[in-house]
Amino acid sequence: MSVEIENNKETQNGIKTEQMVLNLGPQHPSTHGVLRLELELEGEIITKVTPHIGYLHRCFEKHAEAMTYPQVVPYTDRMDYLSAMYNEFGYALAVEKLLGIELPERVEYIRVIMGEFQRIASHLVAIGTYGLDIGAFTPFLYCFRDRERILSLFEKTCGARLLYNYIWVGGLSHDLHPDFVREAKEFVKYFKPNIKELNDLLTMNKIFIERTANVGVLPVETAINYGISGPNLRASGLKWDIRKNDPYSVYHKFDFDIPVGKNDIGTVGDSWNRYYIRVLEMEQSLRIIEQALEQIPEGDVTSAIPKRIKPPVGQVYSRVENPKGELGYFIISNGSTSPFRVKVKGPSFVHLGVLNELCKGRMVADVIAILGSIDIVLGEVDR
Amino acid sequence: MIYDFFHNLTGSYFIADIIQAILPLFFFILPFALFAVWWERKVSAHMQDRLGPMRVGYHGALQTIADILKLFQKEDIVAKDIDKPLFNLAPVLVFIGSYGVFAAIPFTSAYIGANIDLGVFYIVAVSGLAVAGILMAGWASNNKYSLLGAMRSAAQMVSYEIPTILVIVSIVMITGTLNLNTLSEMQTGHFWNWMILGGPGFGIAKFLFIPFMILGFLIIYISTLAEVNRVPFDIPEAESELVAGYHTEYSGMKFAMFFLAEYANMFAVSAIVAALFFGGYQSPIGYLGNLLNAHWLIPIEQLFWFTAKGLFFVFVQMWLRWTLPRLRVDQLMETCWKYLIPIAFVDLIIVGLITVL
Repeated sequence: MSVEIENNKETQNGIKTEQMVLNLGPQHPSTHGVLRLELELEGEIITKVTPHIGYLHRCFEKHAEAMTYPQVVPYTDRMDYLSAMYNEFGYALAVEKLLGIELPERVEYIRVIMGEFQRIASHLVAIGTYGLDIGAFTPFLYCFRDRERILSLFEKTCGARLLYNYIWVGGLSHDLHPDFVREAKEFVKYFKPNIKELNDLLTMNKIFIERTANVGVLPVETAINYGISGPNLRASGLKWDIRKNDPYSVYHKFDFDIPVGKNDIGTVGDSWNRYYIRVLEMEQSLRIIEQALEQIPEGDVTSAIPKRIKPPVGQVYSRVENPKGELGYFIISNGSTSPFRVKVKGPSFVHLGVLNELCKGRMVADVIAILGSIDIVLGEVDR
Repeated sequence: MIYDFFHNLTGSYFIADIIQAILPLFFFILPFALFAVWWERKVSAHMQDRLGPMRVGYHGALQTIADILKLFQKEDIVAKDIDKPLFNLAPVLVFIGSYGVFAAIPFTSAYIGANIDLGVFYIVAVSGLAVAGILMAGWASNNKYSLLGAMRSAAQMVSYEIPTILVIVSIVMITGTLNLNTLSEMQTGHFWNWMILGGPGFGIAKFLFIPFMILGFLIIYISTLAEVNRVPFDIPEAESELVAGYHTEYSGMKFAMFFLAEYANMFAVSAIVAALFFGGYQSPIGYLGNLLNAHWLIPIEQLFWFTAKGLFFVFVQMWLRWTLPRLRVDQLMETCWKYLIPIAFVDLIIVGLITVL
């Protein structure tokens, strides 16, 4: 339902209509944090969306310049706090590239396992809160029930549930705890039927499809022009995943598919596809975890951690496939123990830019459905 | 019966009337609201793998009382630029709308608030008052979320009254009465005399009615869900979009009035559905009182059956609420005007034809 609007038109009786400006947030139940949206409305139809950001700005990039390289790791956790493990992963990879060090195989495997568990946990939050945005409360709690088990696994391994400081430059803070492999396998077995339950309850629900299919369609050209990446880009139909297209760590050793958006229920690039891609990706993550748990070698995870990190003068750009999209770190070293500059290319910030494009001509309720489907985390938008 | 008792006791029709009117408030709506709030929290919790309130009383049974005590103590926040008289009047009007409905609902054969011949008609009319109250609340709050919520709510409630009325008319054509008490009495005996199974009496017409009665029941149930703003039609207060819709700016006891009205409405529409289609207060399997030759027992049994039926439909409302997502406002209107109303019309015409034959 897209409607063209003329501004301030006069009706036959000579009564002037006016646009209404609705301020959505920063305190609002469904802005997923402290995002403020300025909606210009014609009745309930959107003519323009202006996101106002910065409510959660913590000067991460400036802060990092005053820290030594290992001290930056906990700060990366706090960017996209729902996928902290993967932020550390990306940062560690970038600094290692700068240092040019080789890692033990076991470290790489554990990083991949943790990263994929983190991807599932992050997608569970995305899916659950999306259901909440559409008005379905129960799937949200089911998702959090499952996420809880992943967080317990993390907690048992490194002591933290949200911000881990687990993946260090050159290694890991701890080895896996002795029961980890068994418990991880149990989780995989436990979680597979739950995806089906989720599909029955929410994904294939008629009302859910009505609300999300063909809503906020993002054509693949627009997606590329705006720099969209990750599940949102794949939902638009482009098979682009850095784990496959520019493999890092040990991802080349695993067999997994890249799901892309389809035309069967909605159109390619709509909110439903963006949602469903995440469900499919959880299944692929389970596949990777299963394979990694089988192949994981023995070894020492702390042996390669350098005593003093002092990279040579130079610069590096390194990118990983974060649960939300492409997470890039651009680091300039001036030869000292702290980075000269750390620039982050965050997916949430980039994705927020396309919001106006998606929301024009739609209704207020659709803004919520679209904002939920692009899955942003304000900690990373503002950094 | 109860009315006569009060009349004899006080010797005045006026006082008997007042007592009669206050009875459902203190003996039904308030206890029901207390119970239903706790029940809803428990139902939702168990559906979602949680325990729900557990601390106050046995399994949190006194939680609602604790919450109400808290609400009483709350500051009654009144924003600066509101329309004060309308703002204060709105919750009262909404509450009257749902409270007034209880007057024409027969709880047992011995008690009905007002035994008026136009019972169902009166209910439809009085519940319309709530629309005015909601519009007033939305406008007077001087808040854009409230205004949007109120506009949606008014459109929704007015639209969904139409299929409700059409179904009621089809029932009225069969039974020839608008009085819910008479309607309930007609469905006496066993459950096969209920309207959902074609009404009292045996004949070809009864069996012809059954599919259309089931259809009518589905239509009226769906549209009453919309009329009381329950999921999947809780668009006026869609918390993920409009914060709390028309009652965003209300706090303290004024908010409690809206809250109470919502729960009272939940039971009221369930009771109406039960009275129209499921025999009202009639027992499905005969009365213990008849069996034991203790006729004083019958009204109590009837009260039990009536409450049980009402609570069952309230439970279904909760079940839906914690399962389904929410429709969008234009899809909601589409559901009403494109599907429910045409189907209700067809239902009405066919039921009319069968009645004439």
